[in-house]
Amino acid sequence: MPLLSLSSLQKSFVSPDGGRKLIVDVPSFSLEAGQQLALRGESGSGKTTFLHLIAGILAADRGAIELDGRDMAALGEPARDRLRAEKIGYIFQTFNLLQGYSCLENVLLGMAFGSGIDRSRATAMLQRVGLDHRLDHLPRQLSTGQQQRVVVARALVNRPKLVLADEPTGNLDHRNGWEALALIREACRENGAALLLVSHDPVVLAAFEDVREFADLNQACTGVTS
Amino acid sequence: MILPLLIRRSLRQHLLSTVITALSIALAGGLLMAVWVVKVQSQTTFTQVNTGFDAVLGARGSKLQLVLNAIFHLEASPGNVAAADYEFIKRHPAVKLAVPIAVGDNLRGFRIVGTAPEFFSEVEYAPGRRFGLAAGKVFDSTTKEAVLGSFAARKLGLNVGDIFHPFHGLVYDEKNQHAETYTVTGILAPSNTPVDKVIWIPIHGLQTMSGHDPRAATDVSAVLIQLKSPTAGFMLDLMYNKQGNRLTFAYPVGAIMAELFNKIGWFDQVLTLIAYLVAFVSTLGVLVAIYNSMAARRRDIAILRALGAHRGTIFSAIVLEAAVIGLLGMLAAFVVYGGIVTGVAVIIRAQTGVLLEAWIFSPVMLWAPAGMIALCALGGLVPAWKAYRTDIADNLVPVS
Repeated sequence: MPLLSLSSLQKSFVSPDGGRKLIVDVPSFSLEAGQQLALRGESGSGKTTFLHLIAGILAADRGAIELDGRDMAALGEPARDRLRAEKIGYIFQTFNLLQGYSCLENVLLGMAFGSGIDRSRATAMLQRVGLDHRLDHLPRQLSTGQQQRVVVARALVNRPKLVLADEPTGNLDHRNGWEALALIREACRENGAALLLVSHDPVVLAAFEDVREFADLNQACTGVTS
Repeated sequence: MILPLLIRRSLRQHLLSTVITALSIALAGGLLMAVWVVKVQSQTTFTQVNTGFDAVLGARGSKLQLVLNAIFHLEASPGNVAAADYEFIKRHPAVKLAVPIAVGDNLRGFRIVGTAPEFFSEVEYAPGRRFGLAAGKVFDSTTKEAVLGSFAARKLGLNVGDIFHPFHGLVYDEKNQHAETYTVTGILAPSNTPVDKVIWIPIHGLQTMSGHDPRAATDVSAVLIQLKSPTAGFMLDLMYNKQGNRLTFAYPVGAIMAELFNKIGWFDQVLTLIAYLVAFVSTLGVLVAIYNSMAARRRDIAILRALGAHRGTIFSAIVLEAAVIGLLGMLAAFVVYGGIVTGVAVIIRAQTGVLLEAWIFSPVMLWAPAGMIALCALGGLVPAWKAYRTDIADNLVPVS
């Protein structure tokens, strides 16, 4: 049984002309536990919306999203929040670190709404990504590469079953991008988490054995409008 | 619990608006508590202070003026009581003690009051408490000696053995100095009553002071009376006020002062209303401060929601943050309160000798902070609702 399976997933938004534009239309998709898959897609192709749907940040118009045996689409919002907090780690392109909180507090917040705060585990996770000497630093006091490492620690500290990575190297230079990517993949492997990464960067995609075209999954990318 | 961390960090991130809003709460809360305490305490104190006497007998006129003049040493004397009238009331079977006083002189603005030595030996100004001496002894009624109230002695800088010239009239005028000199023989211990701000001399000395009308040399300004029973008071009230028309019998002292507070009750109400309005406006300030920061908070809220925070958690964090601003403000409000009440107490003490106690517990010290914190939390509901409705996806940019 796959860790994640989607069927007939659709999401549309109201377009400026008042009509509805279908952004995501994925008939089926699945991801096994521990699998690392990269999806190639151009900007504006609906990759982030797709990840938001899987994370339960957005509610689908129709379709089913089953994560670890639970149908996300059938859950109410509080249950979806809880499932996201417990099972999913999310790595954002723009990091989305809370600027008023220290590195350690940002990582603690990754646990707060799921398994609960465990300071020693958060510290160990930051040590794992090489930031144990920056625990009390604010994000703005770190380099972009270091900030990305905090994001990785925050996404993995809760031992999620699935890590979603949205253009995780988009804001990093070549060297930092490679380091971040290696860290994400390695940390996911260590924690037994599946990784679903979306990117349009050929260098990033080249690092994955398993790469699929997002347009092949998402029929909405062909321009279908309802 | 994650809420304390969220609130602490949010307060720190918006430190300036937090401090300004808390200060406005402090001013409002401090003012509210001060107005309330001054109102309640002054009313209670002034209606209970009778310096040990049940009634005052004086010239025909206002009972309130009589009490203010004879007990609180404010206002002018309404006139004199003839020696025969004093002797009559002194020997009346319903009267336990009658102490005469005479006024009309001052020392640099502090009233000089003539009285009999039994004022210090016979009178309990509060249950079990007599006017004790902090230094020296009570004057000899046949000599030119004086006993000073503690406040007057401190302000005038006089000690036992010092000599002074009285000045004519109740208002200080250096040109109206009497020829006589008086020697300070004693300083009273503080009693927190109007007695503290008076210079006491033998009544005969004031009656016969140079320049005073010799025809009134045996008259007194008023007679302070202790009754044997409350019913005696009503009997004497009937005798002097209803059947007679020469003298006024002011009884009971507390009720007469209560009438004064009833007359100026509108002023209390205006002050209280202003305090309530200031409190209301400052809690609106909490709403505005947090609401205005919502644009800057939206991204943080979206991030927290993406990490799994429920809408209810975000809502609670905002409401509690507003309540914490209220709490911080009300903690500071006690400093403001202390400042205002201490200042008012100094003025009241200087004017009346009565001491207001700033830090005696009053229920307002519980309900005002509780009310202000609740109002602040209520003010937090509007921005909290806005936070509750924050869309995650719209505020997590960019989208690829």
